[in-house]
Amino acid sequence: MQYGYYPGCSLERNAGAYHDSTMAVAGVLGLQFTEVDDWNCCGATEFFSVHQMQAYALTGRNLALAADQFAPKAALPVIPVEAAETPQLVAPCSACYLNLSKVDRYLASSPELAAKVNTALDAGGLHYDPGSLRVRHLLDVVVNDAGYDAIAARVQRALTGLRVAPYYGCLVVRPGFQGQFDDPEYPTTLDKLMRVLGAKVVDFPLKAHCCGGHMTQISEDVALELLRRLLKNAAEYQADVIVTLCPMCQLNLDVFQSAVNRRFGTNFNLPVLFFTQLMGLAFGLAPERLGIGKEFVASRPALAKIGTSGEVEQERAVGKRAKRRNDQSLPMPYMPEEEER
Amino acid sequence: MSASKKPARGSVFFHEVVGATAVDPHLEACLQCGTCGGSCPSGNDMEHTPRTLFAMIAAGMRETVLRSNTPWYCVSCYYCTERCPQEVHITDVMYTLKRLAIKEGFSRQSSAAQAPAFSETFMEHVERYGRSFELGLITRYFLRHRPLDTVKIAPIGAGMLRRKRFDLTPRKIRQIDQLQAILARADELERSP
Amino acid sequence: MSNDQDQIPPISPPHASPDEERVGVYVCHCGSNIARTIAVEDVAVWAEQQEHVVVARDYKFMCSSLGQELIEQDIQAKGLSRVVVAACSPHMHERTFRGACQRAGLNPYLFEMANIRELTSWATDDREAATSKAKAQVKGAIERAVLQEPLEPLFVDINPNTLVVGGGIAGLTAALELADSGYHVYLVDRDSSIGGQMAKLDKTFPTLDCAACILTPKMVDAANHPNITLMTWSEVVAVDGFVGNFSVQVRHKPRYIIEDLCTGCGTCIEKCPSRVLDQHFEVGLGYHKAIDRNFPQAVPKYPVIDTTHCIYFQRGKCRACQVVCPTNAIDFTQKETFEQLEVGNIILATGYEQFDARRVPQYGYGRLANVFTSMEFERMVNAAGPTSGQVVLRDGVSAPQSVGIIHCVGSRDKNYNEYCSRACCMAALKFAHLVHERVPDAEVYNFYIDIRAAGKHYEEFYHRVLEEGTHFIRGRVAEVTDAARGPGEEGKLIIQAEDTLIGKQRRIPVDMVVLMVGMEARHDSRNVASTFGLGCDFEGWFTERHAKLDPVVTMTEGILIAGACQGPKAIPESVAQGSAAAARVAGLIGRRTIKLEPVRASIEAAACSGCRICNNVCPYHAIVFHEAIKISEVITALCQGCGACVAACPSAAITGAHFTREQVLSQIDGLLWDMQPGVLVLA
Repeated sequence: MQYGYYPGCSLERNAGAYHDSTMAVAGVLGLQFTEVDDWNCCGATEFFSVHQMQAYALTGRNLALAADQFAPKAALPVIPVEAAETPQLVAPCSACYLNLSKVDRYLASSPELAAKVNTALDAGGLHYDPGSLRVRHLLDVVVNDAGYDAIAARVQRALTGLRVAPYYGCLVVRPGFQGQFDDPEYPTTLDKLMRVLGAKVVDFPLKAHCCGGHMTQISEDVALELLRRLLKNAAEYQADVIVTLCPMCQLNLDVFQSAVNRRFGTNFNLPVLFFTQLMGLAFGLAPERLGIGKEFVASRPALAKIGTSGEVEQERAVGKRAKRRNDQSLPMPYMPEEEER
Repeated sequence: MSASKKPARGSVFFHEVVGATAVDPHLEACLQCGTCGGSCPSGNDMEHTPRTLFAMIAAGMRETVLRSNTPWYCVSCYYCTERCPQEVHITDVMYTLKRLAIKEGFSRQSSAAQAPAFSETFMEHVERYGRSFELGLITRYFLRHRPLDTVKIAPIGAGMLRRKRFDLTPRKIRQIDQLQAILARADELERSP
Repeated sequence: MSNDQDQIPPISPPHASPDEERVGVYVCHCGSNIARTIAVEDVAVWAEQQEHVVVARDYKFMCSSLGQELIEQDIQAKGLSRVVVAACSPHMHERTFRGACQRAGLNPYLFEMANIRELTSWATDDREAATSKAKAQVKGAIERAVLQEPLEPLFVDINPNTLVVGGGIAGLTAALELADSGYHVYLVDRDSSIGGQMAKLDKTFPTLDCAACILTPKMVDAANHPNITLMTWSEVVAVDGFVGNFSVQVRHKPRYIIEDLCTGCGTCIEKCPSRVLDQHFEVGLGYHKAIDRNFPQAVPKYPVIDTTHCIYFQRGKCRACQVVCPTNAIDFTQKETFEQLEVGNIILATGYEQFDARRVPQYGYGRLANVFTSMEFERMVNAAGPTSGQVVLRDGVSAPQSVGIIHCVGSRDKNYNEYCSRACCMAALKFAHLVHERVPDAEVYNFYIDIRAAGKHYEEFYHRVLEEGTHFIRGRVAEVTDAARGPGEEGKLIIQAEDTLIGKQRRIPVDMVVLMVGMEARHDSRNVASTFGLGCDFEGWFTERHAKLDPVVTMTEGILIAGACQGPKAIPESVAQGSAAAARVAGLIGRRTIKLEPVRASIEAAACSGCRICNNVCPYHAIVFHEAIKISEVITALCQGCGACVAACPSAAITGAHFTREQVLSQIDGLLWDMQPGVLVLA
């Protein structure tokens, strides 16, 4: 399967591990990612705060470049253009994914805005027709295009015994500018992926809550409290590792974990890895190829648990049916997805 | 640009906010239910909840709204937008309020004084190189705007460098001239809509 | 129907040639509804210059008695032979103006209406275009009117029996009212007992009388009433016919109980070894046996075997119920049966469903043990429910020390249902009261957007609950979580919301959360609507003829609706609608006959080729084929005048009265009066 690939600035350096592991895993799964040539920064959350038209134009340039580069080539002139599939653009970073999909959607919904953005793009000889690309997040492509079955078939070293807290953060599941591939409040695709890899997925109620984004740079008071909530919740469910799909989330939870511990007198020691790194490990790839070791909170002690039973002294039984003799408890509501587990 | 489709009712400021938002945020539909304020992860740190701001926008309290720290504490998590029962594009309104506050020079007086500086420093790098330059961003932002905090952030920078997670020099895109021309045209369009 | 003037025989002038017809045109202002957009005076002046027209007038309200008198006077003074009124939809006032014609001695079918309100003045702000379109409509109406023929209405007898579908409080009320008036009622319910949703409730607001105490006597009355045939565990599968003469097929599902033998002693239920979760009546909070009835006072008293959980049906052995039954009433071999009913009218009272709380994951239902839905809470506080009326946490033992009640779950939310479900605010207040009553020390928090206590004694009940010390926090809840931020929250459910009256985010730790889920149309309401031939709105509620003036009648004659199948309702409104529907039906039955539109098809025998295409096209089975002479014939009483056969007939042998080919084509010519011939462009 062919995809345009938009790595974004973070994956070039601070989340280089995400890029490396993505490429390694894509190779195993037969996903062909071709980088958008000469792409620029997506603007993160900063441009929209200062300059609206520049924010749209900045992302507009990326869309225009990608649409041009990946436009379906009319190999057979008899095939009408509509029959060709819309080229797909994959972004592993949540903020890039949000900006690319948001700009495409907004340009489609407002011809007035599209005209303005194209006037700006015209200054660089570019043009973009909204809808020319389908923007997707890497997780969506991995679980829905490659598929759980193909992933399961390539697992060589199951992550048995590793207790994983799947962390989605915000922008992949919300607000779904190009349709939602998972629930915006209580997503489950990453949970299922981790189970397919053999890991023990712990309940993590805050899995779609916010890591604070750029607040670590602006207001430590706000950011460290948000991070503390997440780390506390993951620790309570006795996770060995937090798995994430966004460079910003990884950076905040990993790099600022010691600051959280200092501020609140806690002793969290939760390594934070990208889901592609754990996929690579399960596929039997060498940790070095996956960028493991670049995290601030070392993951090796946690990863050493792979292959163990993964049992913990006492499972936190929140909201779970307690099975006792003389059980007088009332039945829990029927949940369709329980069947799957 | 979306205001033209609707009847001109409500405060002048209300129309200013709606007009400065690229896609109609449906702000007039607000029921004042508080779902946004309840959902906000940094709601406790805000001077006003988003809902309160919307009521103040409707009441035309321009200066109070633009001086509020609320938009600067928005972390763009989109919980409010996702949950809003009236489909108000709350996050987009927060971006609009930040822009209007910068334009008026109000933002630096709010208790989130650092936020615009961070955004602007980030943008400077992108405008110059086409991509963000993390080491440069952090160094310049802290040295220029928070010199006293530089000591705090230094170990993190060192750690990032040691783990090869920071570039020492910026990466420049090939067609930086093209990008700058586009951004310059966008700037003109913003100034003379 | 009050417009019917059956007693005055129409005296129509003999049918003249179209050229001799004398047409009167009346253009209505409809206050400003039409006049604001259409130059009505201009249309009237123009109309008077048209061929056939002897008089044209505009008037503020043509439907007023003065407006009608204008028409009547002109018919008599100016000898009008045709009348055209340009006003609103014929649904609204065709009957009114036909009545005026009839009173003045003109056959009512020599009248034509042009709808220049819904189709024109309400559809645009362009005055010039609207005026021009109105003229075209008037011209079309004139051209058609001159070709109209006098018609005489058909009278058919009304079958005095009525079918009521749904045995909840609305249907039950309707059935009892009609039965008490001396008319026979078939009361069909797909459930094993009548009683509907109300049978699940404990107390009813605002008086707090027990639901069972006021409902079960009515259920028993229905079962014992000589004029009511009760058909539970049954469903309507097909409806044929028309008002006064419906033919209904009912499917009786097998209970596997011989009702004539069953005494309702309950021994089989007691001995049945298969205990399963009851997702239906106990909404998943309690259990029932594989042979059981919904609740002890179920009507009828006979149980039903749930074959998916019955050990005999699943594995071929057990038969415990059969062994213990003292009267040999168990019959595993029962099959479904079908029954044909003939009725004159049908009242649908099929009720609503609860919004599925799992659709709002941030409230944790199904994930967090101590989050309950409002119906679960109703069962919990019901003395006959799973906890015998005790308010307890999911562990079945501990009483909550604090309860948070969340309003508007699935209601007033464009992500789910935009409408207000009406009854939940009051139910929430009732729950607050019941918690205080059952767990005196508990704190109760109501999280609301607006308290909607509009009803007799409702506001007073709200005040009573305030005085009892319930906390009211004005703010729609953002989320319910068990992720504690600090020591005060450990082990609790935390309700996070903005307290909008102080403008601050608050987190309230509680032991129990109750979600006030809204009402939704039944999942299969669209199928039911299509079976009975009535309309549904976007959300699946049945559509009434007029939201304010005709709320229990549908656009299909003889099909009525009552209760929450039409939209969210509490008990008092459902009862009022049940009674209203019954009164409408009784009024109709009292007339013994009903006048039907003479708009019917007829087949010209000489032109019929006997191809039988029309036989299959007719949705009313109204066309018979005479094998001997190879000719088809329309049975007038069955024909509904839909016109399907007219269009299908390859020999043009079928004519629809009041919609003849000539009439329709002339109307089209009239509509296109200002077009150049031959250059019609279909855009």
